[in-house]
Amino acid sequence: MLEIKNLHVSVHGKQILDGLSLTVRPGEVAAIMGPNGSGKSTLSYVIAGKPDYDVTAGEILLDGKNLLEMEADERAQKGIFLAFQYPIEIPGVATMTFLKASLNALRRARGEADLTTPEFMRRVREASQRLKVDQEMLRRPLNVGFSGGEKKRLEILQMTLLEPRFCVLDETDSGLDIDALRVVSEGVNALRDASRGFLVITHYQRLLDHIRPDVVHVMAKGRIVATGGPELALELEKNGYRDYAVQAA
Amino acid sequence: MAAVQETVDRVRSIDVDAYKYGFVSAIESDVAPKGLNEDTVRFISAKKEEPEWLLRWRLDAYRRWLTMDEPKWARVEYPPIDFQDIHYFSAPKTAAGPKSLDEVDPELLRTYAKLGIPLVEQEILAGVERPKVAVDAVFDSVSVATTFKAELAKAGVIFCSFSEAVRNHPDLVRRYLGTVVPSTDNFYATLNSAVFSDGSFVYVPPGVRCPMELSTYFRINEKNTGQFERTLIIADKGSYVSYLEGCTAPKRDENQLHAAVVELVTLEDAEIKYSTVQNWYPGDSEGRGGIYNFVTKRGDCRGARSKISWTQVETGSAITWKYPSCILRGEASRGEFYSIAISNGRQQVDSGTKMIHLGRNTTSRIISKGVSAGRSQNTYRGQVSAHRLATGARNYTNCDSLLIGHECGAHTVPYIEAKNASAIIEHEATTSKVSEEQLFYCQQRGLSAEEATALIVNGFVRDVLQQLPMEFAVEAQKLIAISLEGSVG
Repeated sequence: MLEIKNLHVSVHGKQILDGLSLTVRPGEVAAIMGPNGSGKSTLSYVIAGKPDYDVTAGEILLDGKNLLEMEADERAQKGIFLAFQYPIEIPGVATMTFLKASLNALRRARGEADLTTPEFMRRVREASQRLKVDQEMLRRPLNVGFSGGEKKRLEILQMTLLEPRFCVLDETDSGLDIDALRVVSEGVNALRDASRGFLVITHYQRLLDHIRPDVVHVMAKGRIVATGGPELALELEKNGYRDYAVQAA
Repeated sequence: MAAVQETVDRVRSIDVDAYKYGFVSAIESDVAPKGLNEDTVRFISAKKEEPEWLLRWRLDAYRRWLTMDEPKWARVEYPPIDFQDIHYFSAPKTAAGPKSLDEVDPELLRTYAKLGIPLVEQEILAGVERPKVAVDAVFDSVSVATTFKAELAKAGVIFCSFSEAVRNHPDLVRRYLGTVVPSTDNFYATLNSAVFSDGSFVYVPPGVRCPMELSTYFRINEKNTGQFERTLIIADKGSYVSYLEGCTAPKRDENQLHAAVVELVTLEDAEIKYSTVQNWYPGDSEGRGGIYNFVTKRGDCRGARSKISWTQVETGSAITWKYPSCILRGEASRGEFYSIAISNGRQQVDSGTKMIHLGRNTTSRIISKGVSAGRSQNTYRGQVSAHRLATGARNYTNCDSLLIGHECGAHTVPYIEAKNASAIIEHEATTSKVSEEQLFYCQQRGLSAEEATALIVNGFVRDVLQQLPMEFAVEAQKLIAISLEGSVG
């Protein structure tokens, strides 16, 4: 469903992705692991359409459609969701207001009517109970003064409500304690189905204990340098990235 | 539309012909030639059949005006105004308006459609020429206005045009006119004093809580008040009134220069809440043809424990020069100023407030939110002063600016004076930008760049929006989104 072909990306003239190719099939959870500075976050931003990244060559296709020709909001409307490593604060905008605006924007793009308030509230209540998100938190301004764990749970709450086609999780495990990690992982696992794809970016094996990947890719110096099953993650945990970094150079 | 049609029918069934006739005969003589001299002032006063004292008051103002200079200290730029090239008195029909909506700027019509304004009202707002009677019948919605007036009369509240007040309540007008904004106050206020056309008058008797929010929308003949509007509101001891001015729909006007004066007076324990939504034509994308809004608004908390609260949402006009202020004379009186000023395109805003603490234990609060986009310039200019006798005076000011894009400017110019050592004055200010990160985050969740900007801006101004009466706040929120269109991407 997601195909990345020979992607070259630079930021302010500096080459970050250097001929990256990757395919994620429907229903598949693909993990990307790699050392700091290998370009993992850049990859997630480029998929989601953040400005200021120069794609100098290559393609990103979602269900055969070229994402690179679309603005970030169009990509979201096509079903791309990025769970941010550092979710952004928006002062004065109640979290609930934001959730509703976002959900309705996506519905309108699909030609559906806005949700009624009771129906919206029902869905939010259900998802927030599952993710142990306090209702009181949803009345506070978006991400303002939220703890790291609260922010991450809210990202997964949004992912649950928006029902995307393809989810990119950028180091969702960073800053989470064991309990929060389990709640978040359960939230992600609940969304797994035969048609939805996931790209899970992480440094550490521990997230993959909770979200079992189908495929593990190793990234170094802006390229995929190794691909394997879940056992590859275990091996990395033991031996580190050094061998792969050398291989990429 | 059904309700509108009903109103039209109903008015027709009353006595429309007499009204129409009366108006037509008036039209022929209701034109003053361009230019300003003593004869113009006498002409206006005579047309309005004013008493001698008011004519003298106008003439004094005119003579004073001749000796004054235009204020130059504001951070705005515009070509010199030729004060001899303006009609100081004219019936609204004499200015040639567009013949139909086809001749009106399509941008303007698009905005009307977004605000959900019915067609008939769109025509009125755009100044399309129509038979006078129908316009008034619809716009003033006579049936509504009648029940409205009856209810106010029952409470003893006087709410009428300024001219009517001069005729029917001359003692009240004479006692209060010019006591807050003297006819010598400043160049534009003095000009207004000489040539003011009409406006609103409100008097709330002692102990009365006005049973409804007073809105200029319901006032008969609102349309004729012209460019030199004069408003006087008096809240007698222990009374309360909330007054709404303006309209969220952008109003087209042939008069480029607007110089209004608003005077508020609160006696002991009285309170006035004055809310404005100003959305006059800001001009085209280069700023051509927009309104110059040079307004003097001031409230006098004359009585002990009285309170005046200004709330404004400013999105229109090419140039805004406006400082709704409070003179805190009465002991423990309180002044409040809540402002949202949004500028886009080539708009220039220089706005703020003055809180003049004269009495003991007076308090004031200022919350100002400036949003600049496009190539606009947005200045907050505010004065807080505690005079010698203002023991225990207390002010809190919070002044935030938000920038959208790279070509606009935000400026904050506070003047703070304390002549009493016990006064406490606080000033907080921030300037921030709508960040690329925030926009991207919102867009990643499916919002367009414009929706995202509107959401972020509405969050920024939320504290002030909450001060507006509910219905107004919802409209204002929509208006903010519309006025920022085209400011991103």
